[in-house]
Amino acid sequence: MTETIAPARSIVVERTMPHSPEKIWRALTSAPLVAEWLMQNDFAPTVGHRFHFRSTPMQGWNGVTDCEVLEVQPPTRLIYSWNASGEQAADGLKTIVTWTLTPVAGGALVRMEQAGFRPEDEMGFRAMGGGWPRILGRLEDVTANLT
Amino acid sequence: MPAAPDALFKTLADPTRRAIFERLAVGGEQTVHALTDNAGVSQPAVSKHLALLKGAGLVRDRREGRETHYSADPTALRPLIDWMSLMGAFWEGRFDALENLLDRMDQ
Repeated sequence: MTETIAPARSIVVERTMPHSPEKIWRALTSAPLVAEWLMQNDFAPTVGHRFHFRSTPMQGWNGVTDCEVLEVQPPTRLIYSWNASGEQAADGLKTIVTWTLTPVAGGALVRMEQAGFRPEDEMGFRAMGGGWPRILGRLEDVTANLT
Repeated sequence: MPAAPDALFKTLADPTRRAIFERLAVGGEQTVHALTDNAGVSQPAVSKHLALLKGAGLVRDRREGRETHYSADPTALRPLIDWMSLMGAFWEGRFDALENLLDRMDQ
């Protein structure tokens, strides 16, 4: 049997926001502001800058995301890598996050694409945290957002 | 054909129902009586929640003598624990937080 290589997958989230691209750009590129809506970080809007997002570690995940700024085009385009870190770096997530801001009437379309998920990332995710407690914790997060 | 994610979410969105499901998932097979002792609601209420969980395919039952034993079915959760859908939910949540921040920011 020949092994088929499944293509990498992406997540795309798009939303029109009633704010100027310049203002949204600030929220995307000021480290203290990014910390307010995403995660603690030492981001700087400079190509080549390496930084980390830090979150609460969980079983099977050290909570740190390794990143590097790849492209900065104010106020329309921001790209950084989003990779697993430490001992998990070798086999873990290696993705690229691209932010695109497009002016629209009354605001801007905010588009986030996280690209490069491989099938083995899903396997790793399933293994991560040893099953039920983690899955249930995530369920609570997800269902909490339901109205 | 597993239940659609929306139906599963709806079933698990109720906190009491989710607590019952979690007890079965973590604690293994249990009877209605054992579940009622810990649920903080009446036995008919627990039975009703179990029926809904069973309807969504999240819970299985097994009759033994006069007692029915309930257990969680992990395969039913498959549509919800898909890595991509969880990551999507993560970013949707971050978008909500971003919008909330933008509303609070000066121009």
